[in-house]
Amino acid sequence: MKLKELFSIKKLGKQLSRASVIVILAMLVFLLALFSDRFLTVDNLLNVAAQTTFVAIVAAGITLAMISGGIDLSVGSVAALAGALAAGLMSRQGLSVLPAVLVALVCGALMGFLNGLLIVPGRMPPFVATLATMAIGRGLTLVYTQGRPIAGLPQSFTFWGTGEFLGLPALIWVMLAIFILGYLFLRYTRFGVNVYAIGGNPEAARLVGIPVKQRIFGVYILSATLAALSGVLLTARLWSAQPQAAAGIELDGIAASVLGGVSLFGGVGNLGGTLAGALIIGILSNGLNLLRIPSYPQLMIKGGVFILAVVLDMFSRPRRETG
Amino acid sequence: MKSLLRMEQIDKRFPGVHALKAVSLEILAGEIHALIGENGAGKSTLIKILCGALAKDGGTIFWEDEAVQINSPSRAAELGIAVIYQELTLVPHLDVGQNIYLGREPAGKLPGTVAWTQLYREAGELLQRLQLDLPLRTPVEQLTVAQQQMVEVSRALSMDARLIVMDEPTSALTGRETELLLARMRVLREQGVSIIFISHRMEELFAIANRVTVLRDGVVIGTELPEALDEDQIVQMMVGRDVKLLPEVRDISSISDEVLLQVQGLSRQPHLHSVDLTLRRGEIVGFAGLVGAGRSNLAETLFGITPAEAGTLTLAGERVTINSPQEAIALGWGFVPEDRKRQGLFLQMAITPNIVISELPRYSRASILNFRQMQEVAQDFVERLRIRTPNLQQTVANLSGGNQQKVVIARWLTLEPRLLILDEPTRGIDVGAKAEIHELIQQLANQGVTILMISSELPEVLGISDRIVVMREGRITGKLSREEATEDAVMRLAAGVRTATKETTI
Repeated sequence: MKLKELFSIKKLGKQLSRASVIVILAMLVFLLALFSDRFLTVDNLLNVAAQTTFVAIVAAGITLAMISGGIDLSVGSVAALAGALAAGLMSRQGLSVLPAVLVALVCGALMGFLNGLLIVPGRMPPFVATLATMAIGRGLTLVYTQGRPIAGLPQSFTFWGTGEFLGLPALIWVMLAIFILGYLFLRYTRFGVNVYAIGGNPEAARLVGIPVKQRIFGVYILSATLAALSGVLLTARLWSAQPQAAAGIELDGIAASVLGGVSLFGGVGNLGGTLAGALIIGILSNGLNLLRIPSYPQLMIKGGVFILAVVLDMFSRPRRETG
Repeated sequence: MKSLLRMEQIDKRFPGVHALKAVSLEILAGEIHALIGENGAGKSTLIKILCGALAKDGGTIFWEDEAVQINSPSRAAELGIAVIYQELTLVPHLDVGQNIYLGREPAGKLPGTVAWTQLYREAGELLQRLQLDLPLRTPVEQLTVAQQQMVEVSRALSMDARLIVMDEPTSALTGRETELLLARMRVLREQGVSIIFISHRMEELFAIANRVTVLRDGVVIGTELPEALDEDQIVQMMVGRDVKLLPEVRDISSISDEVLLQVQGLSRQPHLHSVDLTLRRGEIVGFAGLVGAGRSNLAETLFGITPAEAGTLTLAGERVTINSPQEAIALGWGFVPEDRKRQGLFLQMAITPNIVISELPRYSRASILNFRQMQEVAQDFVERLRIRTPNLQQTVANLSGGNQQKVVIARWLTLEPRLLILDEPTRGIDVGAKAEIHELIQQLANQGVTILMISSELPEVLGISDRIVVMREGRITGKLSREEATEDAVMRLAAGVRTATKETTI
């Protein structure tokens, strides 16, 4: 029924950007199925979906920031910091899983609060503010881990990264839950609706009495908390916290958002598109591995896909008249 | 009638401008109160203070005889004040329904949620009540400007406001839509709603206002009943001001009949409609009109920034086309833009590069710049135009407005232009520097440069122009000789008083 809605003539115009991402996704799957007999197996597909979780959750936060007219570059560092903190609390301090994870998420939220402080009262452009906290977050992670991995994690924790639930990897359940909640949040809450208004016309949002400053704080706190969740899950997946975990994930997250139709200028986008965008990124990495393309040139191909995503974004929008 | 709103002794200063000087305004319950004045008289500032978008420096606001603090737009909305701003405050990607209830979405069952079904149902009912035919679920960016304006009006009317402020709501509406809006306003008045109505269209004021308040230079000139006034008196109240320091009248008997530029049927939608113009060599032609009359658009189109869609240009007897500023410059034209900081200057660079940057090839050999020669040229202009600066290395950002403007003019003078277009050449410049720039403009004209000067300051246009062209809504509505041009005559043409063209559809 989702697909039918997608291709109904009436909504075609509105859905064009999302349709294009679905087309790219389908083409990618088709090509990979053609060139690799291992791609279209249940095991591999579940693996890809599980791997995509990290980028997808981070991309959900970036999408929120982008719809509000900003950007969040600090997500990779926040993910690494939260992952390391959770691991450290469990293996060094012997905390149990739930409090350790909660502290890690709160730590992520605080990083988001810091972003909010720099952007709202500090009046810094989000790009600059989150670039600074990106460095700070990575530095904190390196100091906390002393540059070494933190291992020795309980199985009740690593289950979330490697275990299965009702026949699907636990990661996929988490990802689905986040995206369904996020989709409803953006569509059916005041907060979500306000974020679109702020990104679409900040002055109008202010003049109709939307609490713009409060909402911007909320956006960056949510984005960082999602990044922290992603980092915690990554630690569970790897059975250890790596000091360089999630480095560069902001690039994948932005690419996923833009591929999914989120506007670089704010006010436009939805999580359905972002999820599809994240799957493209995930499938692309998986496919390149299956095709035995070494990891160094893979990065160049990803960069190329990112450019393609931005170009598509610019062409799919009517140009605005200036003057 | 009962007093709904009283603003007393409201004061507001911006850097360099005393925008409102002890302004008092009273609005009665159930009246339509027209607020009029020239551009820059302080109307918009007063409105922004009333609706909490700007903080006042002094004075008190009384709402139903109780002193209130209006420190945010939401506080104003709480009191029951709704505003329709001159610039549209719609979110382009959101649809009509969402824009009407922007920031006031009806709450759903769960806390923090929005009841979309209810929102669209109420929006639909509202539009039906207002007899407006708008597509509820279409993003407003796909609507025409007039339709967007009606969305804005619907939003204000949806708030059940007790006071609605309309800042030139009809400027983009067609005749039928304007009548519909005026009819709506009368109904609202009968229901006890008060309306502050800002408009430049005299016929609307007389059609609907109960009282009229005139603002000039941040001061209330008077509040009157429209029955007690005629158009002449209103115009007089709006423009009458102290005689200012203006240069001596130039001897224009010596201007040759040699035509420099002939413009015919110049058009560019939606801002310019078939403009005809003749400019003689060494003549100063002043352009008057209200903001948005199309004067700056004309300048930008002539100069190739927004190329013309139709029309012909004949320069010194030869047909020319101009599709870019480079082509205009090659023909010997110069353009001093309205916003010198944004469009005219390299603020962080020193004076010398700012002056010589248009003609760098002249000061270089094999692409290597000759700094000594550049300094000499810059020094020459600094002296000729009396640009006050400690030295040539001074960053332009540190100069005063008047000296900055001289730097922009100096840059064009290095090119020895035949035609110089000046858009608001003395805006934000103090009186002394203003007089110097006026003098400079006259000198240039005496040397044979043709000057096309746009200014929103009537005394300036009247004081230094040899001829005056008045524009309104993208058309030329009058061409006056120096003798014919009085403030009255110009204001009438600019506001469309006597022409009374019933309607111009956009």
